[in-house]
Amino acid sequence: MSGNHGNGHHRHDESSASLRARALESLLIEKGLTSSDLVDKVISAYEQDVGPKNGAKVVARAWADPAYKARLLADGSSAVEELGFGGALIAVVENTPTVHNLVVCTLCSCYPSALLGLPPTWYKSFAYRSRAVIEPRAVLREFGLDLDESVEVRVWDSSSELRYLVLPERPAGTENLSEEELAELVTRDAMIGVAKVQAPVAAR
Amino acid sequence: MTMQPDRQIADMGGASSLPRKNGELVFDAAWEARVFGMTISMHERSLFAWDEFRSELIEEIAEADRAGSDSTYYERWLEAFEHLLVEKGLLSHEELAARLADFESGRRDDAF
Repeated sequence: MSGNHGNGHHRHDESSASLRARALESLLIEKGLTSSDLVDKVISAYEQDVGPKNGAKVVARAWADPAYKARLLADGSSAVEELGFGGALIAVVENTPTVHNLVVCTLCSCYPSALLGLPPTWYKSFAYRSRAVIEPRAVLREFGLDLDESVEVRVWDSSSELRYLVLPERPAGTENLSEEELAELVTRDAMIGVAKVQAPVAAR
Repeated sequence: MTMQPDRQIADMGGASSLPRKNGELVFDAAWEARVFGMTISMHERSLFAWDEFRSELIEEIAEADRAGSDSTYYERWLEAFEHLLVEKGLLSHEELAARLADFESGRRDDAF
């Protein structure tokens, strides 16, 4: 959105907030505190951004609602669609105390964007794409995740046909949190599988 | 140069979280995007810390909810942003009121 209003067509029904915003922008520019160009740049950068919030909502729903979790693991795309998130085919893989899942796209950078937004730079790097398959434990250690030898690591290769999302383990001590509070704990990295979800400080 | 969204802004949680639909930001009118852009551009220029704005926003949202106001998310954002600018001494109430009067009377008419 360029935000261009043309020549003030809707003068008579322009909202007071819109007038206030125009007055404010003209003052800020005059004082050299911002510029039209910078405002445009911010808007376009953020309009293209999705962020990992949708994925976090999916995870929190699965934690809070066992029936939803069963549907999510059986048919990721339909379950995700239930929450209003469309897009590519999704498969959801569940972390347990004995299995840890890690997602990579060895070919390029296939990623469940409707759920996680734009992939981080490291996800697209050659080092991650090649090493995640060959030595996943070493890669995870570099992300600060030292898994016990008894935990099985499964690596999933996302493609343009099917993208994987990790359902992380629900941290202990979160029994009393609402679904919204749970969603705030879930990070992008946990849904790629390079981190675990941490309990909130108060619950530790 | 393309700008990368700042995660502390894009992923704000709770009452201050940005309105989104299917993951994408939702602006119901051009002015909402402009105010959003002005705020972040000034934060990018280090004129204030993001938490300073965010606490103003959270306070404004709570206040409006308490008063039973039906104002929208970005109307509250605009209010919070103006507060912060005045608090930081970047603008005065008088300047704002005078400029608004210019726009209301049509003495000024800069489009976005």
